[in-house]
Amino acid sequence: MEKFILKYFNLIRTIIAILIGFIISVSLIFLVSKDSIAALGYLFLGPFGSISRIGNIVELATPIIFCGIAIAIPFQAQQFNVGAEGTFFISAAFGTAFALIIQGLNLPGFIYILVVLTFAGLMGAFWGFIPGYLKAKYRANMVVLTLMLNYIAYFISIYLINYHFRDKAAGYLTSYRLPETLFLKQFIPNTRIHIGFLIAIASVFIAYYFLYHTTLGYEIRMVGFNFHFAKYSGINVFKVIVLSSLIGGIFAGIGGMAEVMGIHRRFLWQSLPGYGWDGVVVAIIGHNNPILIMFAAFFLAYLRIGGQVLNLLSDVPYELISVIEAIIILLITAEAFLENVKYRITVREAEKEAFKNESSS
Amino acid sequence: MNPLLKSIFSTSFLFSVLRVATPIIFPALGVAISSLSGSTNIALEGIMLVSAFTGVIVSAFTQNLWLSLIAGISAGVLIALILGYFSLKLKADIILAAIALNLFASGITVFLLYIFAHDKGVSSSLKSLVFPTIKLGLLSKIPILGGILDNQNILVYIAFLSVIIYYVIVFHTPLGLKIRAVGLNPDAASSVGINVVRIKLYALILSGVFGALGGLYLSMGYVSWFGRDMTAGRGFIAIAASSIGGNMPLGTFLGSLLFGIVYALANFLAPINIPSEIIQVIPYIVTVLVLTIYSARSVKEKEVGEE
Repeated sequence: MEKFILKYFNLIRTIIAILIGFIISVSLIFLVSKDSIAALGYLFLGPFGSISRIGNIVELATPIIFCGIAIAIPFQAQQFNVGAEGTFFISAAFGTAFALIIQGLNLPGFIYILVVLTFAGLMGAFWGFIPGYLKAKYRANMVVLTLMLNYIAYFISIYLINYHFRDKAAGYLTSYRLPETLFLKQFIPNTRIHIGFLIAIASVFIAYYFLYHTTLGYEIRMVGFNFHFAKYSGINVFKVIVLSSLIGGIFAGIGGMAEVMGIHRRFLWQSLPGYGWDGVVVAIIGHNNPILIMFAAFFLAYLRIGGQVLNLLSDVPYELISVIEAIIILLITAEAFLENVKYRITVREAEKEAFKNESSS
Repeated sequence: MNPLLKSIFSTSFLFSVLRVATPIIFPALGVAISSLSGSTNIALEGIMLVSAFTGVIVSAFTQNLWLSLIAGISAGVLIALILGYFSLKLKADIILAAIALNLFASGITVFLLYIFAHDKGVSSSLKSLVFPTIKLGLLSKIPILGGILDNQNILVYIAFLSVIIYYVIVFHTPLGLKIRAVGLNPDAASSVGINVVRIKLYALILSGVFGALGGLYLSMGYVSWFGRDMTAGRGFIAIAASSIGGNMPLGTFLGSLLFGIVYALANFLAPINIPSEIIQVIPYIVTVLVLTIYSARSVKEKEVGEE
C-alpha cells in the first residue's frame, strides 16, 4: 500500500486536491441554495443529461486540449509562456483572412483545409517564436512578454477582421462566412463534435511522442528539470527555449483555426475567448503530460457544462466553477501540500527495508 | 489650430487622462514593489476585483466610507497573504498561484454579487457610496492646472501621494533597503541576516494595499457600482506600466500615465474614424520593446534563459 502511494503520489495528490475543491463547492451550494440536493444533481449529473450535453463537453474540450498542449510544451522547459490565448486568437483571425483571400483559387476541399490549417499552424509558430526568441536572446521576462503579446494579438486581430474582412450584411461584428468546402464536418448527429476533435486527439499523441520519445523533447524536459545540468551537459538552451515556444504556438494556432472551421464557420470573437487560460489550468492539473492534459480538459469541460446546467436550472450561479478550479490549481501547484505525508511514508518504508535486511543477514 | 489637436490639448482631455490613469497607477505600484523584492505579482487583477467588490458591499450595508475603505484594503491584503502563503510557505510557483487567485477573484465576486444583489452583472441595485471629489474653490481658477485637478476624486490625489509614499518606502526606509537587497540577490541578503521570506511577504502585503486602493477607486470613484470583471485587464496593464518604468517611482508613474493618455486618446479619436485598435496597441508594443531593451542590458551579467 505504502509503495503504491509513493509511486502514484502526484496522481493521488491531484485527486485529493480535486476532492477538496468539490467539498468546498458542495458546502457553498448547501450554504446558498434553497434546494441544494437538486443543485448537486444538476452540477454533477447534468452534463450527462442528454446527447447534446455530452456533445457540449467534447466540443468545449477540443480547444482546451489544443491550448493545454500549447502551454505544456514551454512549461516542460520551465518557460512560463502564457501566450496560448493570443496565439489561438491571432492564428484564427489570420487563418480566416487567408482562407477568404485564397477562396478564389477553388482548391479541392481536402487540400484547401490542409493549406489553411498549415497556414494557421505557421502563424502560431511565428507568434510563439517572438517571446521565445526575446526570452532566449535578451532574457526578457516570459510571463510579462506573453501577457503583452496576448493584448497585441487581440488588437491586431480585431483590427484585421473588423476593418478588412467584416461581413457588413451580418448585422453584428463578424468576418465573412468561410466557404463550405472549408467546414470541418460535424460527424455525430445532435452534437457539434467536429473533425477538429479528432485532430486534437491526434495532437495529444503527437505531443506525447514528441516530449517523451524524441531528442528535442528530452532536451526540453531536461532544461525544465535542471537548467544548469542541461546547460553543462551540452544542451543548446537557446534552441530549446525558442523551439519550445514555437512548437507550442503551432498547436495553439491549429486549435484556433479548427475552432473557427468546426464550430463558428466565421471569425466572430470580439473579445479573447479564454481558452488559453483554460489551457494553463489543464496543463497544471495534467502535470504538463499531454495524455493527462486530455483527461484534464474533459474534466474541466465536464465541470463547465455542469456549471451551465446548474446556472440554468437552479439558484446557484455558474461562477462557482471558477472557485472550484482556483482551489484545485492552488493545491496542485503547492509543492509542499501533502509533502510531509510523503516524507513520513518514505521514512517508514526505509525503516522497514532496513529492518528486513538486518533480520535476514 | 487643428480641432483635433485642440481637443487633445484641452483641459478636459488632461482631466480624463488622470481619471483613467489612476486605476493603473495604484496596481502598477503594487507590481513594482513586489518586482523589486524579486517576485512578479500578476495577481493584482484579482486583488483589485476583490477590493472593489468588498468596498461596494460594505458601503452598501454600513453606509460608512471609513469601514468600506478598511474592509476593501483588508480584502486586498488577504488575497496578497494567500498568494504569499502558497508561494512562500507551500512552495507553489507564484505565477501559477496568482493565475489561480485571479480566477478565484473573478468567480467569487460574481458568485457573491448574485447572493447579495441578485444580479450577475452590476451592483446598481445596492445603494453603495462613492469617495468624495475634491473641490478646489478659488484654486480652480489657476489656468489649466485648476481645470485638470478641480473635481477629481480624492483617490486620484491619493494615487499621486502613493507614488511619493512608494519612493519614501523604497529609498528611505530600512524595509525598502531590505526589499531591494532581497530582489537583487536573495542569497547575499540572507547571508547578512535578512529574513528573505518575511521581506518578500511584506512586499506582497504592500502590493495588496496599493492594488486594493486601485480596486476601491474603480467601484467607488471612477464609477459608483461594482461590475463583473470590471478591472478589465488593468492588473495586467499595471505590469506593463511598471516594466516601462523599471519599477522606479517616477518611471512607474509615467508608464501608467502613458496608458492613461492612450485610453483617453482612443476615446477622443473615436468620432473621427481613426481605428482605436491602432492607438490602443501602441503601449503594449512599447512595453515589449522596453522590456527587451532593459533585459538586454543585463544579459551579459546573467545567464540566458534562467528564470
